[in-house]
Amino acid sequence: MSEHEPSSIRTPLSRVRYLGAARAGTKHFWHQRLTSVALISLTIGFVVLLLSLLGRNHAAVVQILGSSPVAVGMLLFVTVSVYHMWLGMQVIIEDYVHEELTKFAVLMCNTFFSCAVGLAGVFAILKLSFGL
Amino acid sequence: MADTKSPAGRERPLSPHLQIYKPTLTMMMSIAHRITGAALYFGTLLLVWWLIAAAAGPNAYGAVQWFMETLVGRLVLFGYTWALIHHGLGGIRHLIWDAGYGYGPTEREWLTVATLIGSVGLTIILWFVGYLMMGGIR
Repeated sequence: MSEHEPSSIRTPLSRVRYLGAARAGTKHFWHQRLTSVALISLTIGFVVLLLSLLGRNHAAVVQILGSSPVAVGMLLFVTVSVYHMWLGMQVIIEDYVHEELTKFAVLMCNTFFSCAVGLAGVFAILKLSFGL
Repeated sequence: MADTKSPAGRERPLSPHLQIYKPTLTMMMSIAHRITGAALYFGTLLLVWWLIAAAAGPNAYGAVQWFMETLVGRLVLFGYTWALIHHGLGGIRHLIWDAGYGYGPTEREWLTVATLIGSVGLTIILWFVGYLMMGGIR
């Protein structure tokens, strides 16, 4: 069928989609890189924000964190970070946990933890912002 | 795979792992990248605790501020700062490698050393600036 892979048992459609046996292709790898590039500037912004908040009292911190540009920046930082770390921890688990049931349990915990941490962070930022 | 026995019960050869190789700087930094990544994973709890406390009110926020002032809190925060910067710089190094650059025998060593010196140096500079902004070391 194919000139390049005469011995392949892949269907032509499967070859066109180029997603491989896991049906996911390079999406995981690519999203890891995509989020890492985004996190370069987001992390610099976060560190600058933290420095500017040092020593300020609660009222001032709320005022700054709740302002629109800072809140949007923090929302991006938290959501992109959590997605990045969810992907990263998945790779670590797949590298070291080989027993099938344990692996799926730990992978589920990774997703639960990431979702909980991400939503808690987003909730706090929105509460700060809308509460002003 | 952990299961090295074939259905027939014969031992299958495993691919060589870490203990086979002589440690090199690039290898150790690759491991450090993974460890700092895992540390930052749990470090997000700190970030979310801080955000939720700020949203909850002055008392909860005061508790976070009190913890960060303690010796343990400062050590945790210092470690978090270094892990964040180290993982960030290591990530940039990996992006350079992903793009197909920096694989030469001197380039890759130089990049790796630069990551380590950069992360330690930047962490110390950031904390120095932080202490200056807080009005000197108390």
